[in-house]
Amino acid sequence: MATPASTAAAAAGPAPASALLDVRDLHVEFRTRDGVAKAVNGVDYAVAAGETLAVLGESGSGKSVTAQAIMGILDVPPGRVTSGEILFRGRDLLQLKEEERRRIRGAEMAMIFQDALSSLNPVLSVGDQLGEMFVVHRGMSRKDARAKAVELMDRVRIPAAKERVTQYPHQFSGGMRQRIMIAMAMALEPSLIIADEPTTALDVTVQAQVMDLLAELQRELNMGLILITHDLGVVADVADKIAVMYAGRIVETAPVHEIYRAPAHPYTKGLLESIPRLDQKGQDLFAIKGLPPNLMNIPPGCAFNPRCPMAQDVCRTDVPPLYRVTYEGLAAERRSACHFWKETLRG
Amino acid sequence: MAEPAAGPVPAPVTEPVLEARGLVKHYPLTQGIVIKRQVGAVKAVDGVDFALGRGETLGIVGESGCGKSTVAKMLVNLERPTAGEIRYKGEDITKLSGRALKAVRRNIQMVFQDPYTSLNPRMTVGDIIGEPYEIHPEVAPKGSRRARVRELLDVVGLNPEYINRYPHQFSGGQRQRIGIARGLALRPEVIVADEPVSALDVSVQAQVVNLLEKLQSEFDLSYVFIAHDLSIVRHISDRVGVMYLGRIVETGTDAEIYEHPTHPYTQALLSAVPVPDPLAREHRERIILSGDVPSPANPPSGCRFRTRCWKARERCALEVPLLAVPAEFRGVSGPAAHDSACHFAEEKQVVP
Repeated sequence: MATPASTAAAAAGPAPASALLDVRDLHVEFRTRDGVAKAVNGVDYAVAAGETLAVLGESGSGKSVTAQAIMGILDVPPGRVTSGEILFRGRDLLQLKEEERRRIRGAEMAMIFQDALSSLNPVLSVGDQLGEMFVVHRGMSRKDARAKAVELMDRVRIPAAKERVTQYPHQFSGGMRQRIMIAMAMALEPSLIIADEPTTALDVTVQAQVMDLLAELQRELNMGLILITHDLGVVADVADKIAVMYAGRIVETAPVHEIYRAPAHPYTKGLLESIPRLDQKGQDLFAIKGLPPNLMNIPPGCAFNPRCPMAQDVCRTDVPPLYRVTYEGLAAERRSACHFWKETLRG
Repeated sequence: MAEPAAGPVPAPVTEPVLEARGLVKHYPLTQGIVIKRQVGAVKAVDGVDFALGRGETLGIVGESGCGKSTVAKMLVNLERPTAGEIRYKGEDITKLSGRALKAVRRNIQMVFQDPYTSLNPRMTVGDIIGEPYEIHPEVAPKGSRRARVRELLDVVGLNPEYINRYPHQFSGGQRQRIGIARGLALRPEVIVADEPVSALDVSVQAQVVNLLEKLQSEFDLSYVFIAHDLSIVRHISDRVGVMYLGRIVETGTDAEIYEHPTHPYTQALLSAVPVPDPLAREHRERIILSGDVPSPANPPSGCRFRTRCWKARERCALEVPLLAVPAEFRGVSGPAAHDSACHFAEEKQVVP
């Protein structure tokens, strides 16, 4: 769906000069037996050092695939980056050799996955897995690496780190395992962390502990953080800016306060209205009608049009570019891929 | 259990349809291969009391491992309680067997969490929803079953033409609707829903929650709604019970629990929920608990929450707090006067 309009928006570039990571017009598709699934259809976003970008979307919106393309851990085949640029400190990662990308991975950018139990190796002690980072990337001896592992476990506040460093992943609770994942991601002090649903599998009280820790370490190391989530509550708690994804595209991007105050895309608006609130007992919940589209057969025009209460004829034919949203009092940049963003903003 | 009749059973507005009294489930821990010796027990549920009125929704919240799903399983008789009673319209169903049990089970049905694994992939939707009629043929005579299934599909908002499709042809939200249709097939009075919307996307979750509410008023159903998501529980429940390590620690109406919590665990739980309002993050006090939930095989003495509680004193280790209106609120009328199992109960507003 690379329409001239959306490429133009990309060229205008939402990227400030200081961007650590700048993704431009990224397209990813998967070849399957049943056809080609267009998972990512022109994504643009940028993260600066010390900034938290929340990427919000439902399953199948392409939020995780974008992250995998950035990290270079996309399953190829069936996946394939068909076009676009991923600029990291000004260098296009897609042009690098696999060997060079491997050096960047772990050392300069790291990822935290949702399910810590299946992301850790069950037959190696956590100390070995943490230490491996230093052995491989820094050429340390096993003994020094072990000492570093203990230090890291202390840093993510795992009690009795010295004794527990020899234990295996199954001997830790879910929250502790996620701390180990964080420790592993932090090990080489990368400048960018991508956290893919880091707390979704955790209980609320533990979730609060883990998010706190992540935010604290981010501040300390002045890292860029991409937080991928479907939880509007978590986003409101930690993000500086948000990118909302739908059917492989960014439909809205805005500073966090602005988007909650007044969404400029009907999808974002629907999401905000469909969550029950802790602080009030609502009547009927607003529900977005219908289902997310099949990625092999994305509706023409705006992908959200079959579910949109505001859809007009133009929405069924023209792909909306990422319009620049402007109004009085808006300091930062804000964009919406809706032909009727003005009407949506007004409510 | 030390205090089975702990405190007065919270009185629902109407006469209870379903009532749990001193419900206990211990799973034995054994050692040895040939000669098994019991060396302990996982105390999954350890003395739970509640009552569910007709047409009412009782929400049960708690973190993983608190025993909420075990309670659900006991209510629908998938697990036998170690001790305690489950009364359906006054009759203790834990003692029933054979025909009498079968008749009762018809009236208490369950909706499961995972719409992907709780439907048999090799059965058509029609067979899945119609299967309960094989066991309870009196509900629908053979000739009328297909028509009943079509009706049910329509009720839960699916196209009746889909009757011959297989589960994999549906999305997660649609599958959960199939699970709900199966739960409704026998026209039960009580539905026990264990995390029915946790596996669904936000936009679809709202559709299913609305469907559950619509069905409740349409068929006069009573729900036991079990979830870890406090916002959804508040949305759907009339009364809420908060569980921790096998016990209910606080119970009351939704406003009593959410706006006037008196148990420290409830307060911590509520304050930890991320609120979708970035303005709240500055002026909101968050209680971050340290550590993890202790093992239910070896729960702490006295109050089970004391190992993570910032208020814990010596008394908490010695004396099990009862689930009753705390002494300081007794005789006071107001939303703070509800059952709370804490020696040092104190009202604290944590939801902005």
